[in-house]
Amino acid sequence: MKVLVSVKRVVDYNVRIQVKGDGSGVNLDGVKMSMNPFDEIAMEEAVRLKEAGTAEEVIAVTIGGDKAEEQLRSALAFGADRAIHVKVNEEVSPLTAARILKAVFEKEQPGLFLMGKQAIDDDNNQTGQMTSALLGIPQATFAGELKIDGNKATVVREVDAGLETIEVDLPAVVTADLRLNEPRYLKLPDIMKAKRKPVETVSMADLGVEAAPGLTVTKTSPPPARAAGIKVKTVDELVAALKDKGLV
Amino acid sequence: MSKILVVAQHDDGQLNVATARAVKCASEVGGEVEVLVLAESGQSIGEAAAQLEGVSKVLVADNAANSQPLAAVLAPQIAKVAQDGGYSHVFGPNTTYGKDLMPRVAALMGVAMVTDIMAVHGAHEFDRPIYAGNAIVTVQADSGQAVVASVRCASYQAAGQGGSAAVEGISVDAELPTHTRYVGLKKEGGDRPDLQSAPRVVSGGRGVGSSENFKVIFDLADKLGAGVGASRAAVDSGYVPNDMQVGQTGKIIAPELYIAVGISGAIQHLAGIKDAGCIVAINSDEDAPIFEVADIGLVGDLFQVLPELQGKL
Ligand SMILES: Cc1cc2nc3c(=O)[nH]c(=O)nc-3n(C[C@H](O)[C@H](O)[C@H](O)COP(=O)(O)OP(=O)(O)OC[C@H]3O[C@@H](n4cnc5c(N)ncnc54)[C@H](O)[C@@H]3O)c2cc1C
Ligand SMILES: Nc1ncnc2c1ncn2[C@@H]1O[C@H](COP(=O)(O)O)[C@@H](O)[C@H]1O
Repeated sequence: MKVLVSVKRVVDYNVRIQVKGDGSGVNLDGVKMSMNPFDEIAMEEAVRLKEAGTAEEVIAVTIGGDKAEEQLRSALAFGADRAIHVKVNEEVSPLTAARILKAVFEKEQPGLFLMGKQAIDDDNNQTGQMTSALLGIPQATFAGELKIDGNKATVVREVDAGLETIEVDLPAVVTADLRLNEPRYLKLPDIMKAKRKPVETVSMADLGVEAAPGLTVTKTSPPPARAAGIKVKTVDELVAALKDKGLV
Repeated sequence: MSKILVVAQHDDGQLNVATARAVKCASEVGGEVEVLVLAESGQSIGEAAAQLEGVSKVLVADNAANSQPLAAVLAPQIAKVAQDGGYSHVFGPNTTYGKDLMPRVAALMGVAMVTDIMAVHGAHEFDRPIYAGNAIVTVQADSGQAVVASVRCASYQAAGQGGSAAVEGISVDAELPTHTRYVGLKKEGGDRPDLQSAPRVVSGGRGVGSSENFKVIFDLADKLGAGVGASRAAVDSGYVPNDMQVGQTGKIIAPELYIAVGISGAIQHLAGIKDAGCIVAINSDEDAPIFEVADIGLVGDLFQVLPELQGKL
């Protein structure tokens, strides 16, 4: 079985982002970029499937500008066998990303498409569901546990009420949640080896994909500030402050 | 004029309160607000939805295939109802149910989706959070297309009762896949107030140290009649189940009172509590970032503070 994994280049999760003063967006100059953490989890899961003998080949795909190759190299260092770089310089909407990923899926015919549940830049949480809808195949989102058994997968999903288990026919899209696994630390020899692995570059036109309608961002603002708080020294003061606010 | 279809969430035959919050948001768009119930047998759920203020009609589509909330099965029916009925908007809640379902609906309809509406400026203009709520974008949707969206429940009160909409049974002619099958649900939550709607929440983090120690959190919560939450670190360490995680990728909540105990205040955690009325932080590290957002901070050891606090309430 082939496993396809999507990886997105995003602002590192440790960065405290700043909104530009003129409301035109978020300041990304000189900001540390990384692979979306949920995609690292998806990547790790794919590599484990290969190590377990369930998968024969792991292919990483990204949609982004030239620099997104860095994240593909990280994916290759995780253990992907090869990578596909769909070069697009502007941001794509989730529906456009889904159209592109559908085209890559159809070309590669994987048995499983592992994605992140959410990209932590735009927090859209859409692309996996859209990709599987366009392909007409099952989706198992927010996966906390994945078992492959022949042409079926059993997925434990992290839902509001607890843990839901579903069974899907393969091929399917599975989106990774936090507790699917703990991604490994990349080791220097693997990073060196990744430099020599093949990366294929394609354009949207090569894939025959047109951009889908998206949303227009008219303004970016900082969140409303919270009023400054107080510090209390004792539990008595805490209880008094809570009573004062009518909360207890 | 807008014609809005709100997809109802229900569990165990009960209308989930997230539906009433999505209805409230839809009412702010204006126009007709209708609710769609997809269930195995949804009459009583539909009747509950009909009582929500602002709802003009409830559609109930009964089908044995709808007995479980599988997005692959529900989405084609919603897309069909939305397209045949000429709806301008299709809204769902941003619970895991809605997050799983609504993008699939949008893709089937070939339209963009707005995740996590937190404010409505017009029929096609909304605010939504990005970067864990550290920036808010105002987005404009194409007015020539239906708007599919999820509603950030923490931003909206539940619509009031007192409505009396008509309930209409419908049958939906859509091809339903069999490639996705429900196996089961393991519910973790006990009989404490629901985290997503409780007016008071006490949360514990890595500082609590173990699942046995979480008793101090539960005890304080019980004293306050509060729901119980946790940080990712507490969940990952196995102190408490996943459904208690609060944050960017867990539950986003807006209680009147939020007490964070042994939680450092990472941006991903804060994303889940930005709309809390009053944030209380109890942490032994006076430099913990949680104190930057706390309305009331107390530096101290939680194992001393909590029992004393419980005794004095
Ligand atoms: C993609 C991604 C998504 C994430 N999503 C979420 C999310 O949804 N929710 C979330 O919470 N996190 C999330 N995180 C994790 C987040 O970055 C932090 O790692 C996490 O919130 C830390 O949890 P914590 O505050 O409990 O632990 P720590 O940061 O370890 O803090 C523990 C705190 O306990 C205090 N403490 C220790 N002992 C005591 C004591 N005896 N008395 C009082 N205080 C004490 C310490 O001073 C410290 O401040 C996410 C991370 C990533 C990468
Ligand atoms: N530009 C992109 N390149 C590669 N994968 C992407 C891209 N955008 C989204 N994805 C995938 O879709 C997931 C969900 O993204 P989103 O819907 O934007 O929250 C991510 O975790 C990625 O796996």
